[in-house]
Amino acid sequence: MSDHNKDIDQPTGVETTGHEWDGIKELNNPLPRWWLYIWYATIAFSIVYMVIMPAIPALPGLGTNTPGIGGHSDRMNVAAEIDDLRTGRAGTGSMLVDASLEEIETDRSLQQFAMAAGESAFGDNCATCHGAGGRGAKGYPTLADDVWLWSGTLDGIEYTLRHGIRHDPDPETRFSAMPAFGRDRLLTRAEIDDVVSHVMTLSGRGDDDNDAAGRGEDIFAAQCASCHGPNGEGDKTIGAPDLTDQDWLFGGEYDEVYNSVYNARNAHMPAWGERLDDATIKALSVYVHSLGGGE
Amino acid sequence: MPQINLIPSRSPPPVPPPQDLYAKRKQIYPKLAHGKFRTVKWVAMGVLLGVYYLIPWLRWERGAGVPDQAVLADFAGERFFFFGIEIWPQEAYYLAGLMILAAIGLFLVTSLFGRVWCGYACPQTVWTDLYIWVERAFEGDRAKRIRLDKAPWGLNKAARKIGKHIVWVLIAFVTGGAFILYFHDARLIAQTFFIGEAPLSAYWFAGLLTFTTYALAGTMREQVCTYLCPWPRIQAALTDEDALNVTYRYDRGEPRGPHRKGESWQGRGDCIDCKQCVQVCPVGIDIRDGPQLECIHCALCIDACDGIMKTVGRPTGLIAYDTDTAVAARAVGMKPKYRLVRARTVLYFVLMTAIASLMAFGLLNRGTIEVNVLKDRSPPYVRLSSGLIQNGYTLKLVNKAGETREMEISIADDEGFTLKVVGIETVAGEPILLPVASNGVDRYRLLVTTPEQASDGRQHFQLVLTDVETGEIHTNRTSFMAPGE
Ligand code: SF4
Ligand code: SF4
Repeated sequence: MSDHNKDIDQPTGVETTGHEWDGIKELNNPLPRWWLYIWYATIAFSIVYMVIMPAIPALPGLGTNTPGIGGHSDRMNVAAEIDDLRTGRAGTGSMLVDASLEEIETDRSLQQFAMAAGESAFGDNCATCHGAGGRGAKGYPTLADDVWLWSGTLDGIEYTLRHGIRHDPDPETRFSAMPAFGRDRLLTRAEIDDVVSHVMTLSGRGDDDNDAAGRGEDIFAAQCASCHGPNGEGDKTIGAPDLTDQDWLFGGEYDEVYNSVYNARNAHMPAWGERLDDATIKALSVYVHSLGGGE
Repeated sequence: MPQINLIPSRSPPPVPPPQDLYAKRKQIYPKLAHGKFRTVKWVAMGVLLGVYYLIPWLRWERGAGVPDQAVLADFAGERFFFFGIEIWPQEAYYLAGLMILAAIGLFLVTSLFGRVWCGYACPQTVWTDLYIWVERAFEGDRAKRIRLDKAPWGLNKAARKIGKHIVWVLIAFVTGGAFILYFHDARLIAQTFFIGEAPLSAYWFAGLLTFTTYALAGTMREQVCTYLCPWPRIQAALTDEDALNVTYRYDRGEPRGPHRKGESWQGRGDCIDCKQCVQVCPVGIDIRDGPQLECIHCALCIDACDGIMKTVGRPTGLIAYDTDTAVAARAVGMKPKYRLVRARTVLYFVLMTAIASLMAFGLLNRGTIEVNVLKDRSPPYVRLSSGLIQNGYTLKLVNKAGETREMEISIADDEGFTLKVVGIETVAGEPILLPVASNGVDRYRLLVTTPEQASDGRQHFQLVLTDVETGEIHTNRTSFMAPGE
């Protein structure tokens, strides 16, 4: 800056910076010196920080960033936090493991803990298929209603959760198989037509006087009644669906039922006992049981 | 209103010598003032410090299991206790309301009396005042302090300086220590603090507040107000020409100049240019230059000048709380008018009263039980095997009372709705009772069913919760979803 054309503000006697906006000039008042020192201190701090903490990214030859000598990493922090959380929850968690499911559901504090833990575990693991809140989808049972293929009791739900459905690696898995009556040539297309016509009448949606339905009754008695019961009421001990209710996992329209009989539907659920710990399984059981249709 | 220049005209100042880019701080040696405003400030300091240091020790019986500290921000227990009032996290709006009240209150007094907050109540002012008092005790008043700072280092100087800093640090520590008492049980933390068993955060905050008190009140002082604090800017913008600010009445003071005893006061102003007002000023300005950003409106210059006016036999109030309009009016020989009732003061007052009454109403009428009903969104409804439609809800009961409660739950004139609570045995004809733990939140899952024929699309019903003991009734309207036509 040259000295010769300094602009001095008359009222204050202070030099201006030469900047002017709408006739207002900026005074070149000096900053306080301690301010400068604080600035120096921040520079010193940033150097120390760069040395200790991970700081400079994308240096050639250095994969990600300078690691810093402080041994700090987000991964470790997260791991430590998770450990803390685990130990923090261990008390209530082990109480869940020790208590019976009935006890959990009637003990207020255990129930509230189980519901919260169950809700988050459900969102992580189950909602992908069964939908948020267990709303279900075609082929994936609704868990909020009271229709259960196997069992909707606390223990039944827990068993299903633990061992899965048609989960081959688990010897105790729940297993049932409906034959593919059409594909495996057990029945002709005409016979399947007849039996489906009959099944439609079981839930009150078919036409009783229909000839086909009449013919189908015999076929049903011979082929289907052993699992689904003489009146199609189903059997939870072997996972045979109730055919008289309004709930159809794979759809209750004629074509959909025909498809089920022709190809057979054998859905699959993994055995969560292999992946989730005991406390989580129990929390999930209580949560699912409370969704709306628990028996 | 006649337009007049508020700053007395002066001859243009000489061209200053070239200066450094960064200015060293000018040491200020405020002289002790005597007078009514100084007295007011001593009293204010005593009261405010007393309130700050003593409040955490007050007790307030609240019953078993609840802290008995009168004022306590209990973060671990997620409660805020203020005497008889207990604020839950769900009621943080009371704290927000308090902040708004404080802000508008500040607006109001600022529009009436200028920066009285800065002058009398700001912690920076109060602690700085206290620190200057200590400084004076060790090093003497202005003249002595200047002499001491100029003197070469010696035993006397060292002893005085060290003594001052020791007392400063002690005050700072007591200040930081008192701060943490607001967040923990005061007696317990006071005991555990010195044997190293208090929580880490307590040491951290005590240390932080000790450091900031020492640094801000001891060494930084007016620089905090001038450079760090945003408030002078805001407050200065809130005062207007009708606010009572510490003002030099130049209409009366000018032209200034020395005055010898017995000389006539004719044709001259009352200011004898003794610079007493400058010497007492803790921010080191000359109030006679007009309103300035640095001025914290501590009124000490009023006291100083009033003393001078008495000795020279002129009326006091050459520097006084006055408004710009009044000064301007007198300057042209008009009678000054004071307008405390103005659009903005009325507005602030009305706003404050409205918010305060709203909060008071809320506080007085809040029940000890709070009811929240949340309808499941997914699935919106399910069809049970019986053909009934069922909806799920989450019921949240907040019990602010110190004892366990029991709530009877039912559906008002049930139009075919049936209620079930998961985990609670329902016996037909018997009331459904929900226990609610004291000082806690309980969640229940509700299942409500209705026959399909009674439903189409969205319906509503009233959930009624009755406190078995007090008979307190809460109704909650909520919706029921069913397949539409
Ligand atoms: S104290 Fe009063 S008389 Fe003395 S210089 Fe200040 S305004 Fe003038
Ligand atoms: S000029 Fe302002 S800061 Fe200085 S003594 Fe007067 S009121 Fe206080």
